[in-house]
Amino acid sequence: MEKYLILNTLNYPILSMLLIVPVVGAVVAMFLRGDTLIKYWSLAVTLVTALISVPLWTAFDRTTAKYQFVELRHWFPELNLNYVVGVDGISVLLVLLTTFVMPLCVLCSWTYIQTRLKEFMVVLLLMETAMIGVFLSLNTVLFYIFWEGMLVPMYLIIAIWGGARKDYASIKFFIYTFAGSIFLLVSIIALYINTGTFFIPELMAHTYSFSFQMWVFIACALGFAIKMPMFPFHTWLPAAHVEAPTAGSVILASILLKMGGYGFLRFCLPIAPAATYYCVPILLAMSLISIIVGGYLALGQTDIKKLIAYSSVGHMGFVTLGIFLLNDGGIKGAMLQMINHGVTTGALFILIGLIYERTHSREIADNNKLGMVVPIYVTFLGIFSLSSLAFPGTNSFVGEFLVLFGAFQKYPLVGAIAIPGAVLAAAYMLRLLQKMVWDDSDGHAHHGDPSHKIADCNAREIIQLAFLTVFVFWIGLHPTPMLDIMDTSVAHLIEQVNDGSILSDGANHGEHHALLQDAGAWIKSIVSF
Amino acid sequence: MLNTVFMPELALMLMVLVLFFMTLGNFRTGVVQGATLVMSALTLVVAIASYGSEGMLFFDVYQVDALSQMFKVIILSGLFLVYALGRGMTGIEPKLHAEYNMFVAISALGLVFLSSSVELLTILLSLEISSYALYVVIPFRRGQGRLPAEACIKYIMFGAVATAFTLYGMGYIFGLAHTTYLSELAVAMPALIATQPLAVVAMVLVLVCFMYKLALFPMHFWTPDVYQGAANETTSIIATLPKVGAVLLLLRLVSVAGADITQYTWVLAAFAVLSMTFGNLTALVQNDLKRLLAYSSIAHAGYVMLGILTADLLGMAAAVYYIIGYLLMNLGCFYVIYNIAPEGENVTFDDLKGLSRRSPLLAMTLLVSAFGMAGIPPTIGFVGKFLVFTGAVHKGFYALVIIGVINAAIAIFYYLKMARAAYCGADDEKDPILMPATAQALGVFFIFAIIMIGVLPQEFMAAAKQAVSSLL
Repeated sequence: MEKYLILNTLNYPILSMLLIVPVVGAVVAMFLRGDTLIKYWSLAVTLVTALISVPLWTAFDRTTAKYQFVELRHWFPELNLNYVVGVDGISVLLVLLTTFVMPLCVLCSWTYIQTRLKEFMVVLLLMETAMIGVFLSLNTVLFYIFWEGMLVPMYLIIAIWGGARKDYASIKFFIYTFAGSIFLLVSIIALYINTGTFFIPELMAHTYSFSFQMWVFIACALGFAIKMPMFPFHTWLPAAHVEAPTAGSVILASILLKMGGYGFLRFCLPIAPAATYYCVPILLAMSLISIIVGGYLALGQTDIKKLIAYSSVGHMGFVTLGIFLLNDGGIKGAMLQMINHGVTTGALFILIGLIYERTHSREIADNNKLGMVVPIYVTFLGIFSLSSLAFPGTNSFVGEFLVLFGAFQKYPLVGAIAIPGAVLAAAYMLRLLQKMVWDDSDGHAHHGDPSHKIADCNAREIIQLAFLTVFVFWIGLHPTPMLDIMDTSVAHLIEQVNDGSILSDGANHGEHHALLQDAGAWIKSIVSF
Repeated sequence: MLNTVFMPELALMLMVLVLFFMTLGNFRTGVVQGATLVMSALTLVVAIASYGSEGMLFFDVYQVDALSQMFKVIILSGLFLVYALGRGMTGIEPKLHAEYNMFVAISALGLVFLSSSVELLTILLSLEISSYALYVVIPFRRGQGRLPAEACIKYIMFGAVATAFTLYGMGYIFGLAHTTYLSELAVAMPALIATQPLAVVAMVLVLVCFMYKLALFPMHFWTPDVYQGAANETTSIIATLPKVGAVLLLLRLVSVAGADITQYTWVLAAFAVLSMTFGNLTALVQNDLKRLLAYSSIAHAGYVMLGILTADLLGMAAAVYYIIGYLLMNLGCFYVIYNIAPEGENVTFDDLKGLSRRSPLLAMTLLVSAFGMAGIPPTIGFVGKFLVFTGAVHKGFYALVIIGVINAAIAIFYYLKMARAAYCGADDEKDPILMPATAQALGVFFIFAIIMIGVLPQEFMAAAKQAVSSLL
């Protein structure tokens, strides 16, 4: 087991602390009184968690693909089940994204959440532990526990603090994601019975028969595609986004959606390489449909939040596209695109929350002609809108460029089909920007009385947005540090996929061939259905 | 020697005796309940103290081993929790409080006997002791017109029919194998099942009584009406204790048939699958919380059966673990139901609305119990399902596991409905629910136990494995 790991060399258990600090913070928060105190306490807890996570960036060994900062403890020896957490180049950025987005979630709930603030903060902190846990787990059961455990707080965030149709949205969110991930449980058990271990690196090293890989791939991919969300499974996302409170939307967009992509990279690709190769055409097609359909639907929305939600479907299409190109540019671009989407779309949801607090409407028509009223706000809106449509010099440009570069390298046709998706992004974001900032109609529902003013961003709001703006330009102009940290792990992953598909090709050639025919026909019939 | 081995039974009999004398006097509810709680706690302590003792009693019909002692501890813990949960017995006729506690204790006594019975007639007798006591307590409900009587009649009729089937099956088994001792049957039955279709029929018939107790398809029809008709306290007993006893006997009887996958296994598998599918689909449309829990218990019976029918170490130990979880999560739900209904009335989804404002603790207990039953980590329900599925995949029942998993996805809907009702706002705000500190402590205990046993299953699973290893 140790050959895959580098045990934690810091003099404190950094990863366990990341998991424990928010839980302890939540428990303490239950006993605090007074909303102001609870707000500052939650902010302090999330900031401390973010600070603790800094060594993951500074002390990370960029030259190895092994799992680092690992902690290993016996938990359930009866089943060979251990508590094992660690990070590699693929998960480290997502962990950092989580720890740094969470203080912003507390800040953007500062005045937005009016009722039951204590419970909200407790749930938010529990959510943080669950999300970090998903990225840290090196054990399938631990992964599944955090993965499902995350649903409960997220459900509560939407169901209690959500908008008008919160019942519908929360239950749809829960059932969709639960139904998807329950098949993940079956594949976890099947993998365990097959290999006798829950330890992810060992599962990756094992070679499976093609039919087994196919089943595992389908079961896992279903769960991850729903979480992502990929085209036919995306309908829960707009509902959940629209009804969730700002912090809930930010968490959904910035972190939860990334788990689908992370799942593909961590499970599907290395564990079932031959099946991955076999399914590449289908998944690329689904990604392209997501890009085009997401963009097209976003074009028609009148609700700002819905527009951003559909744009997420399109952006996530680029992520899956990059992942299933299975080359260096594609996977790195997909990774970067996940981080970028977390930064940009998170910021856009914060911006929507700000304007909603002021005008109590999310309709574009009610929030136009803002340019002359709230100059600071529209400056940020402009920056993040441009970032969202991948304007050169901003972060998303680098990610999408890498993905498209990878696509043209491998399948020029796929790249050519994805280009209109990028154009659509420009169309709907610029339309939004134009309407909200400069539109010259007089439909000012919120301030028909000209003496009524909307307040511009205050210091707290400027800090949140400025913090994310730094990342927009940092990644946009100098992405090398980000790409370096994932370089070795991505190269290792591609090697695993290539080796795995060759090995199982040689070892099970006959079975491969026979099953390819009917498994393929089966999948195609399902897809066409 | 005999005394240390037989200690839990003696303690429980003593408790029944004391309660019998209390029925003769005129005691206040508080006194009856206090005495009952103290005595059932003592009984539990005695049972834990006798954990690990072994022996054969009464011409080898009564076997004290790790398995039986473990189930005695589970049953007596359940008994204590059931008494603690219905602290004021608000749903029971006031003048029958002492009688009520006595009959419940007798029923538990029958189940304790059942845990150790290893001979067919002894099994039947123990089972009947436990059943008759429960038949008596169902109509003790206060108010509610004919509903409790109807529930009682249904429970008796189904019970009598089930017993008849079981006796019929026992007759066949005796005819085929010329013995009623399980240890001798375990030698003779595997060969008979492989060659004689009659042996399969006989073994299935013998199980009918336990399927009835466990509410497993096709002996589940009584469940919703009896749950609805009996008082909330009584339902919490019917829903938990007899099912624990039934699981033990199913373990013993299924292991008699041997570990090979035979026609017998497939009959049980069909029952398990039908039970979970039927239970989950019907639960979706229920509005009365107790009826919903009834259908959910039918579904859970299917999962337990999935563990039992593997007849290997992992699957059977998983079934034991599962039933512990089932006991705690159900009692958690009934604890909430009991406290919401001060007059002992039935609870619907409308009554749950606004619960999180009226009593955050009750809402939390309901949330944890419901999510536990849905199998969401990190609760005891998740680990239970995980272990059962692992055991079944281990034995090669892929299809059963996939059906089970699809069922788990269906079930999430109605468990979520419970949690959602508790956490959504009511149109008219009702008064907060005030509970004494002891009742609050019980709620905290349920939350804590459901989560902690789920997070740290090692000790429980090891004990369960050690217990069921004697069956193999």
